[in-house]
Amino acid sequence: MFFHPFGKYILLLKAVFRKPEKWNIYRKEIFREMDSIGVGSLGIISIISVFLGAVTTVQTAFQLVSDLVPKSVIGGIVRDSTILELSPTISAIVLAGKVGSSVASQIGTMRVTEQIDALEIMGINSPGYLILPKILGAVFTIPLLVIISISLSILGGYLAGVASGAVTAQDFINGLNTGFIPFTFTVSMVKSIIFAFIITSVSAYQGFYTNGGALEVGQSSTKAVVISCIAILCADYIVAQLLL
Amino acid sequence: MIEIKNINKTFGENHVLRGISAEFNEGMCNLIIGGSGSGKTTLLKCMVGLHEPETGSVSYDGRDFTRLNFEARIDVRKEIGMLFQSSALFDSMTVEENIMFPLNMFTDQNRKEKLERVNFCLDRVNLEGKNKLFPSELSGGMKKRVGIARAISMQPKYLFVDEPNSGLDPKTSIVIDELIKEITEEYTITTVVVTHDMNSVMGIGDNIIFLANGQKEWQGSNKEIAHTDNKELNDFVFASKFMQAAKDKL
Repeated sequence: MFFHPFGKYILLLKAVFRKPEKWNIYRKEIFREMDSIGVGSLGIISIISVFLGAVTTVQTAFQLVSDLVPKSVIGGIVRDSTILELSPTISAIVLAGKVGSSVASQIGTMRVTEQIDALEIMGINSPGYLILPKILGAVFTIPLLVIISISLSILGGYLAGVASGAVTAQDFINGLNTGFIPFTFTVSMVKSIIFAFIITSVSAYQGFYTNGGALEVGQSSTKAVVISCIAILCADYIVAQLLL
Repeated sequence: MIEIKNINKTFGENHVLRGISAEFNEGMCNLIIGGSGSGKTTLLKCMVGLHEPETGSVSYDGRDFTRLNFEARIDVRKEIGMLFQSSALFDSMTVEENIMFPLNMFTDQNRKEKLERVNFCLDRVNLEGKNKLFPSELSGGMKKRVGIARAISMQPKYLFVDEPNSGLDPKTSIVIDELIKEITEEYTITTVVVTHDMNSVMGIGDNIIFLANGQKEWQGSNKEIAHTDNKELNDFVFASKFMQAAKDKL
C-alpha cells in the first residue's frame, strides 16, 4: 500500500537525477520553470502574505488583554510566527495547489497523449528532461517567494496594527527589533527548500504514472495536491523537531 | 533488419503475446495486423522498449535490445523514429521546434544547419512553410505528417508507425500510406506499421504478420493475402462485403 508507490517514487527520483543529455537545453528549461513557478506565483503569494500578517496582528492584539504585557510583543510575535511557520508553510500549501496541480496535470497529459513515450523513443531520459527543471526551478524560486512573503506579512501586520489602533507604529517596530534570532530565518529557508522539493517531485510522480485519459489526469492532479499538503505538514513537523 | 524471437508479454492474468517470432526486413513496409486486442500495439511497444517482454529477444541488426543497458539502449533509440497513433507532438512547441527537438538534443549542428534539416523534412512531407504553427492549429492528417517529419529528422534506420490511419479520411489515409512507403524505400529504412486498415494492407504491405489472440497466425505479402486459406485471416481481412466482393473478382 505505501512501500510500492514509495519505491516507485525513489526509482523515479533516481532517473530524474541522471546526467542530462545536454545541459544548455536543461538550463533553458530551468529558467522557464523559474519564471513559471516564481513570477507566476508572485501575485497570489503577495496577496495571501499581506492578509496573513494582518490577521496575525489583529488576533494577537485581541488575545493580549493584560496591561502587564507590552504592546510591542505583537511585533515580535508577528515576526517569529511569520518567519518560522506562516510564510513557509502557508505559501507551500498554496503553491501545492497552484504549482503542484499544474505540474501533475501537465505531465499527466503528456503521459496519456503519448508525448512521454515519444521522448523515450528519441532516447531522451524523460524523467530527467521533464521533472529535473521543475524541481530545480522550484528549489531556486520558492525560497525567494518565502522571503517576499515574510516581508509582505510583516508589512501587512504593521499596516493592520496601525490602522486598527491595536498597536502603535513605534511599538510594532520596537517589537520587530527585539529578540530576533537569525537562526529562525535559516529554519524558514530550510523548510522552503524541502517544501519546494516535495511539491514538485510528488506532483511530478503523480503525473508521470497517470494511466488512462482526461478523468485520470484530473484525479492525478487532485492526488498530487492532497499528498503534497500532507507531506508538507509532516516535513514541517520533522524540520521543526530537528532544528529547533 | 529487426528480428524478434519468442516474445511473451502478460499484464496481470492477461497473456497478451504468446511466443511471437518474426523478422522485419530492411527497405520494406512490414505490417503487423490483427483485430482489436490481438496484441499489435503491445508487440510494437515491446519492440521499441516501452514495454518489457517477459521472455524473448528483439535484435536490431544483431544487437539484442532486451539485454542492453540504459546507455546502449539510448544509442539504438537514436536510430529509431516513431509515429504514434495520436501523433504525440509536443503541444507547447511549434512544428519547427517539434522537428528540431531531437536535433537539439543529440547533434552539435548550428541553428542554420538544423533549420535546413527541418525544412527538408517538412518539404518531404509536403508541409513547407508550416514551421511556426502549433499542433493545435493542425488537422489530423497534418499532425501525422509532422509526426513523420519528426521521426525522420534524425535519419533513422528503423521506423515504427502505430495506426497511421486512425481518425483520418480515406483520401488522407492513402497519402500517409504512400508517404510511409516512399520514405521507407528512399532511405532503405526498416519500417514496422501496426494497422487494421485494409487499404494499407493491400497498398503497402510488403511483409505482413497477422496476429490473433496474441499469437502469430500468418505471415506473407499483400499479394499472397488474397489467396490464403487461413480461416482467421480470411475472416479478418474479408469481413466487409466490399472486401468480399473484391476478393470474388480476383
